[in-house]
This record gives sequence, C-alpha cells and structure tokens, in this order.
Amino acid sequence: MIEVEQLSKHFGPKRAVDDVSFTVEKGEILGFLGPNGAGKSTTMRMITGFIPPTAGRVRIGGADVGDAPLAARKQIGYLPENAPVYPDMTVNGYLEFCAEVRGFSGSERQRRVAATIEKCFLERVTHQTVSTLSKGYKQRVCFAQSILHDPAYLILDEPTDGLDPNQKHEVRQMIKTMAADKAIIFSTHILDEVDAVCTRAIIIAEGKIVADDTPTGLRSRSPLAGALTLTLGATEAEAAAERFQQVAGVQSVNIVSNSDEAVQLRIFPADRGAIAVDSLLAEAAARQLTVKAITTEQGRLDEVFRAITTIS
Amino acid sequence: MRTKEVFSNIKAVLKRELSGYFGAPVAYVFIVIFLLLVGFFTFNVSSFYEIGQADLRGFFQWHPWVYMFLIPAVAMRLWSEERRLGTIELILTMPITPAEVIVGKFLAAWIFIAVALGLTFPMILTVLYLGRPDLGTIVCGYIGSLLMAGAFLGIGSMTSSLTRSQVISFILAVVICLFFILAGYAPVTGALSGWAPAWLVNMVAQLGVLTHFATISRGIIDLRDILYFFSVILFMLFVNGIVILNRRTA
Repeated sequence: MIEVEQLSKHFGPKRAVDDVSFTVEKGEILGFLGPNGAGKSTTMRMITGFIPPTAGRVRIGGADVGDAPLAARKQIGYLPENAPVYPDMTVNGYLEFCAEVRGFSGSERQRRVAATIEKCFLERVTHQTVSTLSKGYKQRVCFAQSILHDPAYLILDEPTDGLDPNQKHEVRQMIKTMAADKAIIFSTHILDEVDAVCTRAIIIAEGKIVADDTPTGLRSRSPLAGALTLTLGATEAEAAAERFQQVAGVQSVNIVSNSDEAVQLRIFPADRGAIAVDSLLAEAAARQLTVKAITTEQGRLDEVFRAITTIS
Repeated sequence: MRTKEVFSNIKAVLKRELSGYFGAPVAYVFIVIFLLLVGFFTFNVSSFYEIGQADLRGFFQWHPWVYMFLIPAVAMRLWSEERRLGTIELILTMPITPAEVIVGKFLAAWIFIAVALGLTFPMILTVLYLGRPDLGTIVCGYIGSLLMAGAFLGIGSMTSSLTRSQVISFILAVVICLFFILAGYAPVTGALSGWAPAWLVNMVAQLGVLTHFATISRGIIDLRDILYFFSVILFMLFVNGIVILNRRTA
C-alpha cells in the first residue's frame, strides 16, 4: 500500500503541493490528473523520495520514504517525467546496470534483463545506444527499467507522453496487465487514458486534491451525464423540441443541431433515469417523426476536469 | 548484508562510468593531450636532456599545472550531466545511497586518470636507459601525482554537482584548483607574511598542494602529506554529497 499523509511542498512562498493525502492499494491503478504545474510531478517526486517534503510523510509498503529510504525505494519502480536514460549506454547495458543496482547478479540478472526486453518489445534495439533511439523507444527503455525488478509499487510520470497512438495503446495494455498484483500511480493529462486504464482518479489543482473518485463517478458529475441525444429526420426543430418537452420526466430540451438532413435534440431528465426511452419513441411515432438514433450521454471527463480545475 | 551491498553498488556505478569514459572519443583525446602536454613541458621547457640528470623532477614539476586544466575537464560531466539529462532523478530514487554514487563516480574518474598517468611509463624507461635513477623517488613521484589528481578530482566533482552547466563547473574547478596551487606558492606566502599573523601564513601554506606534492615527489612519504590529500578528497566529496542532497532538482 502507498500511504500519502498530509504531504506538502513549499518552494519559497509558493505552495506547490498543499496537504495532499491518499492511499493506493494493490490492484488499484490510480490516475493522477491535473493541469500543468498543478503539482503532479512534485507529488510523485516526494513519493519516490527524490525531493523531501516540507511536511507530511509517505509510506511505501510500510516503509517510510524519509526514514527508511532504501527499504522504500527497493519496492518502487519509477518512470520520471521525460524518461531520462543515459544516452551513451546501450539498451542492454543500461538495463544490466539497473539490475545490478537493484541487487541482481549472475544468471538471475541476465534472465531479468532478457525478460524485460521481451516484455517491452525492445529486442530490435537491444544493442543500440540510447542516443540513437526514437522518443518512443527511449520512453520504453525507461519504462523497462521501472518494471525490471517486478516492483510491488509503480510510479509513472506521464508514461505515454510523446508516444504515437499505437505505442500509447501498448503502454496502457502493459499497465493494465500488471495491475493485478501491483499498486500503480500514473499521471497524465490525456483524459481518455483515465477511462481506458484507471480504476480510480485523483484530480489535483494548485497543489490540492479537488476530486478523488472512479472514472465513472467523475463522469457522472458532468451536467451532460444522463441526458439523451435524439437524432431525428428533417423536421421543424422548435416544434419537435416543444413536443418532447411535454413527455413525463423531461426537464428541458436543447437543440444541438438543425440541418436539412437531421435534427439533433438533447433531452435533459429531471432525475437521472427518469425518462423512459420508449415514451420518447412513442411520442416520436405519434408525431410521425423518424428517429435515426438515440443515445444516453455518459458525461464527459474533459468537461468535469475543466469545471473542477478552473473553479478552485 | 549492507557492506556487501555498498561495494556492489559502488562497483556498478564505477563500471558504468568507466565504460562511459572509454566508450567516448573524448577520453582518448584527453589522454593524448595529457601526454603531449606533459611531454612538451618535460622536454622543451624543463630541458630534460640538457640538464643531464637521470631523474623525473622536470617531469613531475609540471603536473599540478597540467592537472589544473585537464582534471576539471574530466570531472565536469560527473554530476552536471546527470542534472542536465534528468538521470539524477532516476539514480537517486534507486536503492542506492548518494554516497555510493559519489564514491563510484569519483573512483571511476580517478582510475581513468591513473590510466593516463600510467601511459607516461616511457619516461621511466628513458631515465632507466640514460642513467641509474632512484626508482623509489620515481614511485613516490607517481604516488604524489596520483594523490594530487585525486584532490583536484574531488574539487571538480564537487563543482560539477553545483550546476547543470559543464562550462561553469569547469571554470569553478579551475579557479579552486588554482587557489590550492597558489596557496603554497612562495610569492603568495611572501605577500601574506608581511602583515598576516604567522599561524595564518602557515595555514595557507599548508593548504597548498605544492608543498605536499613537493615533499612526496622528493621521495619522502610523510603521513601528513598523505593525510592532507585524503582530507581534501573527503572534504570535497562530503560537500558534494551535501550539495546533491540539498539541490536535487534544477
């Protein structure tokens, strides 16, 4: 378990991180969200023990990062922002070095390095120097380093930054498959990623936690969540909107778009789930309107994100 | 057991740094420049042949000055490069203490310089061919030279931890090395002795590397001189550690 207790970091008068507390259990993938400069990286650096906190404490699997740094660090795999790797080393040499520092020797070291190279799809570049690698490969080499020792806790600072969509997908897949027996924290500002990977998300703004919820829970905070979007064939938009307004459980109806081919209405319920879809369809049939599509809005994370991080 | 871990960690860092030195062309450039400079000073400036003595005094005499420029150049990348690349963040969050990294890096650079110094062995062969030199003095000269290189390397390692710019690190190290050389230089002690109390003059003179290097290279191994060089190394590496712990970012 990663326990973060009332963690603060002040840089002069600036409170980069302000009284942040949370815990991450094994099996959880925690998405760490926030605008640039919100304190994500600073928090992760304190969790890994790279910078000491101004106040508060971090325990990794029971070991205090400040008091027992080596015991804590042994259990962590860390991918820092921008994935720094020594440019003059070969991929294999670098991973060998990391394995050596992690205390593996002999055949065990070779086995680990080979397994990690395979897991991270680095076979093609094993003997290349890091400086000749593309950004995506560099990122993967650094990622490889973080999982080399099969740590119980993974801290990943923007692991998919600068990768192409395929590589992003691969990294997400890797994170997901590893999640069963690990506690993973990763920061990102790609909101789709939170949906695709996380079991829980924390949003941080100006150093404070402003939301801590599951992705679904966060999404349902969106004003859009639960609304129905109805696409009709060409018709009188205002008249149609007025008619649907009368259906039981409907609070308001907005016209999203109105063209010669189709009219799109967004119907907001008074209570979530209050509108029976068949009553809407019955209304449409009665007025001889063609229903082309009907969808329930899940709510949008980017809206929630913007609302939460700009208000505070 | 922790001691075993300490050694294996230092060894890992040392191996990585050494392969870094010898994997880059800079290392060979450095060695060639070092040998050329030392050779030039010994033969052309000190008139090695004309003096007609089978010893290496004219050779060792120039080491402080050559080291003053070349060792900061070797040391400047030790830490500033880690800062610039951000790899410092990774190495300091691995299960390894800063002290182990500092010592590993220092030893690697020292070994590298020892190799460069070792490549001056034709000098020994030359004096052996020309006459009957005192081999003990020569060995002492090499020991002194290596210790002095260590002291300068400590300085360079420390200044390298201060900044992410190798240039700034280099200049700072040269200035501090110059101070350590000049402190024992007769004109400086002379300028001080007019007005400063005797203990201060003495202390400044004792701080200088030249006095200590001179005694050793004359063939006298005095514990105080050895102690001096190791104190400078340890002090500088200690400061290095404090700097690393307090300025981990930036």
